[in-house]
Amino acid sequence: MFARFLDNDIAYSFFRSPGAIVAGIITLAFMLMALFAPWLAPFDPFDPAQISLWDGKLPPAWVEGGQDQYLLGTDNQGRDMLSTMIYGGRLSIIIGLAAVFLGMTLGVTLGVISGYLGGWVDSVIMRVADVQFTIPGILLAILINGIARNLLPIDVREAYSIYVVIFAIGLSDWPQYARVTRGATLVEVQKEYVQAARVIGLPSWLIMLRHVMPNVLRPVLVLATIGLALAIISEATLSFLGQGVPPTTPSLGTLIRVGNEYLYSGLWWITFFPAIALVVLVFAVNMLGDWMRDALNPKLR
Amino acid sequence: MLWFISRRVVQSVFVMLIVSAVAFALFTYVGNPVNQMVGQDATMERRAEIKEALGLNDSIWVQYSRFVARAAQGEFGLSLRSRISVSELIADRLPATLELVFVSAVISLILGIGAGIYTGIKRNSFLSRTILSSSLVGVSLPTFIIGIALIYLFAVQLRWLPSSGRAGTVPVIGVWETSLVTLEGWRSIILPAITLSLFQTTMILRLVRAEMLEVMQTDYIKFARARGLTERAINFTHALKNTLVPVITIIGINIGGLIGYSIITETVFQWPGTGLLFIQAVEFADVPVMAAYLCFVALVFVLVNLIVDILYVVIDPRIRVGAS
Repeated sequence: MFARFLDNDIAYSFFRSPGAIVAGIITLAFMLMALFAPWLAPFDPFDPAQISLWDGKLPPAWVEGGQDQYLLGTDNQGRDMLSTMIYGGRLSIIIGLAAVFLGMTLGVTLGVISGYLGGWVDSVIMRVADVQFTIPGILLAILINGIARNLLPIDVREAYSIYVVIFAIGLSDWPQYARVTRGATLVEVQKEYVQAARVIGLPSWLIMLRHVMPNVLRPVLVLATIGLALAIISEATLSFLGQGVPPTTPSLGTLIRVGNEYLYSGLWWITFFPAIALVVLVFAVNMLGDWMRDALNPKLR
Repeated sequence: MLWFISRRVVQSVFVMLIVSAVAFALFTYVGNPVNQMVGQDATMERRAEIKEALGLNDSIWVQYSRFVARAAQGEFGLSLRSRISVSELIADRLPATLELVFVSAVISLILGIGAGIYTGIKRNSFLSRTILSSSLVGVSLPTFIIGIALIYLFAVQLRWLPSSGRAGTVPVIGVWETSLVTLEGWRSIILPAITLSLFQTTMILRLVRAEMLEVMQTDYIKFARARGLTERAINFTHALKNTLVPVITIIGINIGGLIGYSIITETVFQWPGTGLLFIQAVEFADVPVMAAYLCFVALVFVLVNLIVDILYVVIDPRIRVGAS
């Protein structure tokens, strides 16, 4: 099984590209960190018993005034920066993955339906996608997020903010998946296996789900990887603008926002470390997507 | 040609109608106009009276067409927060955003096209590889982090440039208040303009480079080589001309993106433009301002793309022949 996994052209191209290997390792490290956050973080930033305001605003351990147990210093509330960042990175990754999954599911479903059925269904779906393309994604995400928050009762607004952000980002980027999927579907529909499936009388939904969908997912995979990087940026941006997750359950974006208020008074570490973590994460995912686009495109080989 | 233009105009109007339908839905379902006009203790009769006076008892289609008719005249009612007419608010903030977008667009076009052509021609040189890898860093840097970093470096540490806000404005040609005629104005626009342009620069760079590589593979370039033309002649007279056509499309997409991302830049730098107005409106659920901004952004995008499409037909004879 594992040998078979390694023995194909994509794996070959991966192990031949040093950039892709480094990006893959970094991405994997972030994913593992997200998965095992409670065991990796030296402190629990959500446990009030472990937080002391007396230890607030301490610089990193190697700077004068820093304490050894807080390697990267503490934030304004006395939370250990390293632990808060591990949990924050976890939240950023979860929101990014969920948003991409939502946008991709919606886009692929509508794209396959659009390409397979054609006619007025196709026209309606694609026109809606066209209209959505006229509005920049981040503006749409802010708008959907703002409206959804206002429709929620005030007392549950903070509790549901994570789901609202996922919903807003996912809903704002489905058209790109729909477009690519529709194009690939139009090609697949012409092929003999689809015609054969039609001839033996399978219902349309089954042909779309079982036969067309698996064959159009390759280009979607590339988009989804780059989409993950964009979704993580979007979440960070929303949180930075104060529209995302609250400071009580901080993501990397929220940490940067909070730290930004203290930046000018010299407390650089509250902004600097989360910002570096965010950029490294997004860069690694982008690089992976870049490599994947080249590897899956036989024209470039 | 005329047929093509009229078809595109119809499409643009269609897009605007859908966007205005979304804006109308915002008005109707998110904000409650009656509650905003009367106090908590208003009687049922008073509420019904206002509802009738506002025309909220009419059918949804009558309400929608009335909304479109008013929106087409730039009339979106009063801001819920400041009680000032929305069109006035936007018109007041518009020069700041347009100046910022204009300066950023110029920066990103010059840098993006220049570097794109260079990396396309000398694809294996060390400088090209460096530019290309740093462009991936550019794509990965969120706009607000670039802004924070520039403020920290140039305003807090070096103290060369102001950290936020727009310098005092000077009226030129009637109503237009500009800050671009004073040194102070330029000093305050540099950081936000660079912040806003960086992402677009990397996108343009990558698109121009890809286009250049593609053109270099075509038969007429190979033929030009075979004829023994100098590299210089091939690159600049044959290749460049043909890469610039798609670049015009990029400018269209570019402007839309710049306006979208100006929300973030304006927030980081407290630049008093329409993006900052929008973010404040979202925070206070100021529906009229949100709806008007949505329509405004869509209108700019649709108009720019309409112009770009027409330019495209004018410039590229292949499309002209295909369309007619």
